Amino acid sequence: MKRFKMFFGKKSSEVAKNRLKILLISDRINCSPEVMERIKADLVKSISKYMSIDVENTEIVLKRSSKRGRNRKPSLHASIPILDIRE
Amino acid sequence: MCEVIVITSGKGGVGKTTTTANLGSGLAASGKKVVMIDTDIGLRNLDVVMGLENRIVYNLVDVVEGNCRVKQALIRDKRYPGLYLLPSAQTRDKTAVNEPQMIKLIEHLKPQFDFILLDCPAGIEQGFKNAVAGADRAIIVTTPEVSAIRDADRIVGLLEAHGIGRMDLLLNRMRPDLVRRGDMMSPTDVVDILAVPLIGVIPDDEQVVISTNQGEPLVETASLAGKAYRDICLRIRGEDIPVELYQTISFWTRVSGIFHKNERLK
Repeated sequence: MKRFKMFFGKKSSEVAKNRLKILLISDRINCSPEVMERIKADLVKSISKYMSIDVENTEIVLKRSSKRGRNRKPSLHASIPILDIRE
Repeated sequence: MCEVIVITSGKGGVGKTTTTANLGSGLAASGKKVVMIDTDIGLRNLDVVMGLENRIVYNLVDVVEGNCRVKQALIRDKRYPGLYLLPSAQTRDKTAVNEPQMIKLIEHLKPQFDFILLDCPAGIEQGFKNAVAGADRAIIVTTPEVSAIRDADRIVGLLEAHGIGRMDLLLNRMRPDLVRRGDMMSPTDVVDILAVPLIGVIPDDEQVVISTNQGEPLVETASLAGKAYRDICLRIRGEDIPVELYQTISFWTRVSGIFHKNERLK
C-alpha cells in the first residue's frame, strides 16, 4: 500500500510546500481568505455588468512573481470563465 | 570587533536554546570570548541545558535593575576558557526589562567579548523585542514543519522591519530518511520558501537528547549534530564551508538500506 501511494499519491512534503507557499503569501500581505472572498464577489459583480460569466468556476489566487529574493511582490490572478459576451 | 547574534525562531521548541548553548561552546572552544545571554525571563532554560543551574547567584533582571554589577552576574563556564553565561530571572516576566536597558547592557559587554549570543524567547512580544534590540545579526532556527516555517517567515518579516544587519537560517531536526521518502521538506525546499541564506542543517540526532540530559554541550562530540554545529561555528567566524544537506546518499547506505528498511541515519 505504501508503494502504491508512492507512485500514485502526492508526496506529503510536496503537499506541505504547496500549502506553505499559498499561506505565506497571504500572511505576508496580511490578507485573510475572507478578504479574498469579498474581492471575488466584487469582481464577479462588476464583470457581470459586461458579460455573462461562470460564477461557479471563477477562481482568484495570489501568486508570487518569478523574481528571486524576499522582495518579490505577490500578484493576484483571476480565472473567470466567460459564458457569453453581451453586446 | 564584537558581534551580537540573536538566536530566534518565533515558534517554541524548535531548538533555540540548544543552538545557543552549542554555538556558544563551539565558538569558545576555538578560543573566542563569548557571553550567552538568556533573555527568556520567567522561563529560563539555557542555564540547565548548559549544566550551570546550580551556580546562579544574580540574573539579567538584577543587572538591569542595578542590584549587582554585570561582572557579578556572569557565570564562567569552567569547561571553556572565555565562555560566560548571563542567566535569566525565573520569578519575573518579560516586562521586567525593556529595549533601551538591553541595548545599554550589550554596549557595556561589547568591549569585553568577541561574540554576544542572545537566546530569544518564543513569540513576538516584549521578550522578542528585547532580544532583538541590540543585535547585529540573527540566526533563525526552524524545523522542516509547516508551523515552524510559517512562524519563521513572520520573524523574518519583523526582523526586516527592525532593520537587522544580517539574517541566516538554521534548519534543525532534519531527517534525511524522511526527506528521501518525500515525507519531509528538504533544506532546499525550506530555503526556497523562506528566501533566507542557509547557515547550516542539523540532522535529528539522539545525542542532542543525551547531551541535554547531562547538561553538556554536544558540539565537541563525534555525533552528526555535533559536527554540524562545529561547521556552523566556523561559518559564523567567516569561513567558507559548504553546507551539508544530507540529501545525497552513498552507495553503501543505499545497499544497506535494502536490508534495513526505514533505518534512521546514525
